Amino acid sequence: MAKTLEKVDVVTVGVGWTGGIIAAECAKAGLKVIGLERGKERSTADFAQVHDEFRYAIRYELMQDLSKETITFRNNRKQEALPMRQMGSFLLGENLGGAGTHWNGHTWRFLPYDFEIKSITDKKYGKNKLSDDYLLQDWGITYDELEPYYDKFEKMAGISGDGKNPFQGKRSDKYPTPAMKKTPILQKFEKATTDLGYSPFMLPSANISEPYKNPDGEQINACQYCGFCERFGCEYGAKTSPEITVVPTARKTGNYEIRFHANVVEILKEGNKVAGVKYVDRVSGEEFIQPAEVVVLTSYVMNNARLLMVSKIGEQYDPTTGRGTLGKNYCYQVLPGATGFFDEQMNVFMGAGALGMSIDDWNGDNFDHSDVDFIHGASISMTQPGVRPIQMNPVPPDTPTWGSDFKKASIHNYTRTLNVGGQGATMPYKENYMSLDSVYKDAYGVPLLQLTYNFTEQDRALHTYLTKKSEEIIKKMGAKTVVPGSPLTDYDIVPYQTTHNTGGTIMGTNPENSVVNTYLQHWDAENLFAVGAGNFAHNGGYNPNGTVGALAYRCAEGIIKYSKNGGSLV
Amino acid sequence: MPDNEKGLSRRGFLKTTGIAAGALVGGGLIGGLVGYNTKDNKQISNVMTSGEQHGVASSRARMFFTNDKDFMILSAATERIFPKDDLGPGAIELDVPYFIDHQLAGNYGNNSKEYMQGPFKAGQSTQGYQSRLTRAEIFQQGIAKIESESQSRFKKGFSDLENNQMDEILTAFQKDEVPMTAVSSAFFFKLLRQATLEGAYADPLYGGNNNMDGWRMKNFPGHQGSYAQVIDKEAFQKIEPKSLSSMQNMQH
Repeated sequence: MAKTLEKVDVVTVGVGWTGGIIAAECAKAGLKVIGLERGKERSTADFAQVHDEFRYAIRYELMQDLSKETITFRNNRKQEALPMRQMGSFLLGENLGGAGTHWNGHTWRFLPYDFEIKSITDKKYGKNKLSDDYLLQDWGITYDELEPYYDKFEKMAGISGDGKNPFQGKRSDKYPTPAMKKTPILQKFEKATTDLGYSPFMLPSANISEPYKNPDGEQINACQYCGFCERFGCEYGAKTSPEITVVPTARKTGNYEIRFHANVVEILKEGNKVAGVKYVDRVSGEEFIQPAEVVVLTSYVMNNARLLMVSKIGEQYDPTTGRGTLGKNYCYQVLPGATGFFDEQMNVFMGAGALGMSIDDWNGDNFDHSDVDFIHGASISMTQPGVRPIQMNPVPPDTPTWGSDFKKASIHNYTRTLNVGGQGATMPYKENYMSLDSVYKDAYGVPLLQLTYNFTEQDRALHTYLTKKSEEIIKKMGAKTVVPGSPLTDYDIVPYQTTHNTGGTIMGTNPENSVVNTYLQHWDAENLFAVGAGNFAHNGGYNPNGTVGALAYRCAEGIIKYSKNGGSLV
Repeated sequence: MPDNEKGLSRRGFLKTTGIAAGALVGGGLIGGLVGYNTKDNKQISNVMTSGEQHGVASSRARMFFTNDKDFMILSAATERIFPKDDLGPGAIELDVPYFIDHQLAGNYGNNSKEYMQGPFKAGQSTQGYQSRLTRAEIFQQGIAKIESESQSRFKKGFSDLENNQMDEILTAFQKDEVPMTAVSSAFFFKLLRQATLEGAYADPLYGGNNNMDGWRMKNFPGHQGSYAQVIDKEAFQKIEPKSLSSMQNMQH
């Protein structure tokens, strides 16, 4: 029998970026907040010996323990979904800070186009640009409406940037810290793209360029370019993450408590509202009910959707009928790009996760799509994240994958290889969705989330087009051998691609087209909020976290308003 | 008595690793031999002394393999994947077999952080690892299969084969031509290849990458506190590598 605890104002399920932001804002406003984190406490002190590629990047020290919980996957409805037994295509987080601890720090604002993609596409290219199988829709909010929240997130996080992207939406203020160092490798990209007529700019980064105190009084330190960012925590406190910013901010108020090892298994309904959540203490095995005035789902894309599904809140999307919104519009990204083998040795092992330059000339609707059979595009970047020897064994085509020739070629090219890569936007498709698995369960007996996903014709066309553009750039940079990325086949969950999963709990203007409204308030239960990249109606050509942060600030504002007045926020 | 009845053919071993006997005193190979049931104990003790001079933590405990012959097969296979050459040491001198032994005894070998609940079904290749076996079980079976494949093709133990014969067998595994139970030989080969590279390039703290020589060959400086002062430089920076053990030593 579950033990019922004392009611609180707000409970968040998970404490990463979204849970931390909600906690900081609500606790500052005087609400009592509890964060339920299934993992453990974690801080900068845990990263003193983090310069360890093997433990962190290869053995996934900071990632989710899949023995307790994973997802199942199939490419299409005809296949039988099977568990993702090992981490691969994307890396799920766990413990305080979640994926916000091991992220790289690329911090983008989506383009104004993204939020009104359906209207703009119909208007400019007609209603038949993409077939009806693509479930394109506007987000219900415009860039200008979201701008103040982007600004808030960037100031909290101390983002470094030069603001020189000619395609960016209107900014109310400049980046809080100057851009990172423009290294010789980035200068090669800058020169090549300028010569090709593009407009390169420094990638907005959460590995910050100089010490910064944020408006909440939290200190973020200057990046040391040590080359251990993605998949690692930062031992300098120089990569903005929840545990050095919003979490301490929330704790300082005295209104915030984080309960660790608390694995939420169900959202409890009560009439037209929710009453709280049920969780299992992973250490003792005991069950608890945590009643709350407001429940906020702040775990990753997959778990936010899964908790709604197992709690039977909202209508599951059905690809046959097109009915239902929960699990709908799952999107990912495609990664057009090209590898260049150079003669000269470069300092590729130095870097930072978000150290890079980009062009947006082939992103969004920044170019005319009249003569191509896809919409949207990709940001194209040259990053210098610091590459490491186990993961990076580049060899030119026709080199064996092991043995003497492999050893020679991989060692020679390790310091002579660069990649130009794009983050290709993906459009929602009627056959790509999330649901509950009927066979496999997690360690607590809860059904796993089932993912049905494959690349689409739109993806393939975009990928081919943008791969050519990447190839031209790296050639211009002086590569002696250029190897374009292979054309897309079926989506494969094994090789790492990107942890930019989106959709499933999408936002919109009414209950017919979305799970939550534009304050991320659930249409079917006014005291339930679900926030994160799950709210994206499609996935853009950038890393999602800037937009996730902005949505979390908007959600927090909504919760505070709701706590005073109740009712629907729209 | 034939060499291989004693668990190891020293001559065959040296041949397969491509190391001339004269190189023995040099200090590198060394690690690869300690723990083998060699007949020449005097030479081994020399070798151990010289091994200790590296000053970087290195553990040669055997935690997984009980049988010397199995360990020899693993060693010879990793050396073919990452051979000694004019650039520097191969898998054996780098202690890669010890690294893999340790990994198989721990979370990696036991798939501790992976979803291992049934039902187990073959699935599509896009769905990834669906074997009911742990990696430790896959390695155990795979090494036995390498040996039986060697016996059936060449009537010899794998570690006594010529290099090209070893490569022929490993290629058959890579191309999925060797039947295995509950796992494919191609998958086993993929694991073996990946584990070999991990052992060559992981911090020496984990028992491989002996003396940081894997990093040295590749010009990777290992753990460095900061590149903030040098990342602007156009010229390639050759930096003597540092292991995380340097931090641990400071704490003593």
